[in-house]
Formats: sequence, C-alpha cells, structure tokens
Amino acid sequence: MPTLPVPTFTQVVFVLIAAFTVISGLGVVVARNLFHSALLLAATFFGVAGLYVMLEAEFLAVTQILIYVGAVATLITFAIMLTRGAMHGETNPLNRQWGKAALFAFLFLVGLLGYLGGIPWPAPFQAIQADEGLIARLGEQLVTRYMVSLEVMGLLLMVALVGAILLARDDKP
Amino acid sequence: MRGYWADLLSGWLAGLGVPEGIALALAYVVGGTVLLIFAPVLALLLIWITRKVISRIQDRIGPNRVGPYGLLQTVADALKLLSKEDIMPAKADWTTYNLSPILSVFSVLMIVVVVPFGPGLIGVDLNVGVLYVVALGSVGIMAAIMAGWASNNKYALVAGFRVVAQLISYEVPMVLAIVAVVLWTGTMRFGELAARQSLEIFGFNLGLGWFGFLMPGALLVFFIAALAEAEQTPFDLLEAESELIAGFHIEYSGMKFAMFFLAQFLNSWFLGAILATLFLGGWQGPFVDQVPILGVVYFFLKAFGVYLVLQWIKGTYPRIRIDQMTHLAWKVLVPLMVLLITVQAIIQKLPVGAPAQYVLIFLANVAVVAVVVQALGNYYRREEVRSKRAFEPRGLVGSMVPAEKGVMY
Repeated sequence: MPTLPVPTFTQVVFVLIAAFTVISGLGVVVARNLFHSALLLAATFFGVAGLYVMLEAEFLAVTQILIYVGAVATLITFAIMLTRGAMHGETNPLNRQWGKAALFAFLFLVGLLGYLGGIPWPAPFQAIQADEGLIARLGEQLVTRYMVSLEVMGLLLMVALVGAILLARDDKP
Repeated sequence: MRGYWADLLSGWLAGLGVPEGIALALAYVVGGTVLLIFAPVLALLLIWITRKVISRIQDRIGPNRVGPYGLLQTVADALKLLSKEDIMPAKADWTTYNLSPILSVFSVLMIVVVVPFGPGLIGVDLNVGVLYVVALGSVGIMAAIMAGWASNNKYALVAGFRVVAQLISYEVPMVLAIVAVVLWTGTMRFGELAARQSLEIFGFNLGLGWFGFLMPGALLVFFIAALAEAEQTPFDLLEAESELIAGFHIEYSGMKFAMFFLAQFLNSWFLGAILATLFLGGWQGPFVDQVPILGVVYFFLKAFGVYLVLQWIKGTYPRIRIDQMTHLAWKVLVPLMVLLITVQAIIQKLPVGAPAQYVLIFLANVAVVAVVVQALGNYYRREEVRSKRAFEPRGLVGSMVPAEKGVMY
C-alpha cells in the first residue's frame, strides 16, 4: 500500500493562501457587481502578499499591501464610485460566451505552462537571509542598476499627476 | 514571542517536567492570548480616560456611578450595545456591510503584534515593522470605503470619501517622518529602534537618547499626522455628529458601531505607542538594563502620556474644515518633510564628525518646527479674527482686532 506524503504545515498554509488568491481572483471575473469585483481584487492582492510572506519576502509583501491595497484598489473603488449608476445591483454585463472564454483562457494557460516549463530556472544555491541588509541592497540596486527605470517611472507618475490636475481644473486656460 | 520572556516561561515550564516542544507551544499560546485580551481591556480603559479627561476640561466630573471612579461605566455601555437589536438597512450589501467592522478592528489589532512593550517583549520583531504598521493603515481605509458604500446611504458614502481623502493625505507626511528615523538608524525593526535610543554615560544606560530630542521636527510632523490618522480633534471632521451626520458608520448600530468605536480608540492609543517607540525611546529609561520589567512601566507611561495629550487637544481645540485639512497636509507638511529628508541625507554623507551631524540634523528639525508652528499659528489667528467678526455688530465690522496673547476679555 503506497503511503501518502504527509503535507507539512508550510504546505498546508501555502495551499490555503493560494486557494484564497485563486478563488478571489475568479470572483473578480464572475462577480455580478462592479464594486464587488473591486473588493475581490483587493482580496486577491492580499492573497498575493500572503504568498510573498510564504517566500520570506516580507518587504515585498508589505509593499504589495501598501501600494496595491492602499493605493491601487482604493483608486479603483474611487473611480467606480464616481461613476454614476455603477453602484448597486447587477452592474456587470454578462453574455453567453463564458464557454468560449473559458476555453481560450485554458488554452492560454496551457501555452503559458509550456513556455514556463522550458525556462531554465536558476536553482537557489544559497539561502537568502531576509533582513535589513537585503532591503538595503534592494535600495542600492534601485539607485544604481535600475536608476533609469526608477526615474522614468517617477516621471510617468508626475506626468499623470499634472494631467489629472489639468483635467480637474475649473478655469481652462 | 521569541526572546527573553518566552524563554523564561518555556524554561520554567520545562523545569516542571513539561516536554520542551509543548513548553514552547504553551509559551506561544500564552503570549498570543495575552496580546488578544490586551486590546479590548485596553479599550475599556481608554474610553474611561477619554470621558474623564474631557469631563475635567469641561468642568464636569464624568462617569462616577458604576464601579470605583466610574471605571466600569464602559463595561455597562458595552453590555447595553451588545443587547441592542442588530439593525441593518434593507438595501444594504450584506457581505460588505458585515465585513467592514471586522476589517476595521482587524487592521488595528494587528498592530499589537509589532509593538515593543519592553526589552524583548515584542510579538514579532518584523524586519519591515514600520512599513507593516503603515500598510495596516491602508487596510483601515478599505474598511471605511466598504462601510460607506455598503450602507447604501449617500451621506455615508460621502463620509467614506472624506475618510479616504484624509487618511491618504496624512499617510504621506507620516511615512516621511518615519523615514527620517529609519534613515538615521538604518533599521525598520521596532525592537531595534527602541534599543538604539539608549544613552550610555560611563557605561551606565540612562535611556534618554530619544530620537525626539534629535528630531523634534519629525516628531511634530508625525504627531500631527498621527492625530489625523487616528481621526482625533482637530481632524475629527470625518464624523462631526451635528454638522455632517456621524460619518461612514451612520447606518451601523449596536455592536457593529461599537467595533468602529473600538477600532478608533485603539488606533489612537497604538499610534501614540508607535510615536513613543519611534521618538520617545519606547521602553528606554534609567535603570532599565538592571530591571527589565521597568521598561514595560516606562513604555506604558509614555504611551498613555501621548494618549492624554491627544485627549487634551480633543478637549480644547476647534475642528478644522476639509480644505484646511488638505492644505496643511499637501502644502505644508509634505514639502517640508521631503526637504528635511533630503537635507538629512546630505548631512549624513557630509565628511564631518558625528557630533557635528547631530547638531546639523537638530538645526534642520528646529527649522521644520518653526515653519509648522508658524503655519498653525497663522491659521488659528485668522480663525480667531473670523469667529470674532461673526459676532460683531454691523456698524463695527472690520474695526475689531483680536486681543493680544494673555489678555483677558
């Protein structure tokens, strides 16, 4: 009689978090109310943050909650709430094409898995200690190796900010 | 609960003949239970303190019937709230409506995990502890949006917008004030931050190397931002009962309302505790190395001290308007703090000795304090003139001037 492998505590927690993430991600798509979709999206972000914690990337997890739940999800809910008529009841338009959509999503998954299977992932050759040193190195990389991308992102956000103010202005020049 | 106290407890249990694994598990359970029970009991005390302090400021006595000094008044109120009928608006969104109070309390209770109550007495010394607290604040924002939307009440929804506007605005100066400390110490662990605020004189730890002495500017900005984040006066425009109806929790009654209430009181105490840890030395104090339990006493003294100052402000300051609230955050505090952090980063890289760096950072912070105090002083002087004008006789409009400071009239 083959013995079943006993899952470790970490594996159980991982499966629970992953299931939570996937189910709330599915909920974003199938929810009938737009606001529910937005809230479920925030829940998905939470689940992803949980996965980061499982990977011992606490900094990434906390940043994920700070940026995605705190800023992105809030922004999305604001945009929804400022849209007239998209507040209560069944607002998400549905059609009868879920079968085709599911088929294409499945095909996409198969293609993605085939692609990912071909990538030679670097094996983790050393245990990385997650501490201040790691965060400091991250910061160093951001201002040396990835400085251009960081600056371009900052510029992009600045342009978006100026554009938003220009749109919201009362006295058009 | 790794560290001194957990080892003490599990070691004691192991001494009684309990297997090591079970002893450690028991220590964890005890620590978790203490943290879990700590918050609600604390809330009872906080509500009592608030009522007593506000009463004294208003020349009243406050609760004095139930229990000694009215200490059990809050228990009686909680029982009343528990026994109330659970009313829910007919068109409310069930899941979101009921999830929101839970999320609100959750976001505050999770802070207790990273608060260092004493030397080694900390739930988890997260390496991103400071960021963790800020991230939990954004969960609280989500709770407010959910409550405002799910109530299906336009006033609640608008109040939800107000909450988000304020909390997001003041999150920025708060984080920047924290960055000043993190930049100086190079750590985001609360335990480490508290430990770094020692002051060794001849090998004796005086425990007075508080960052508040070095960075009064960051301390002041953090305090103002904490007032706003905790929705305390003068930033309690979010729930002005008589002018704006209560706020995003207008449709909540009974225990669900009490949960928002609980979250707010605990939030102001925890933000005070975080302020005490970041700027007032946390558990540091004289003789704390010799008697570790003294650290817990110091910590609670500081945290309750900050809380008392919050209540003092609550009892004496007028409420500000929403445009003044955003003005202060975005046009005064944020530019100042960005400037301060830039200056501090440059100072820390200057090729001068440590004492010179201390002096330069202190001077930069004093400049920040001066600007903030000037802005607040201007504002309150203007408001004084305005409120006087409202009561002037028509013939005298514009001819009255506010009294000089200290003059009775």
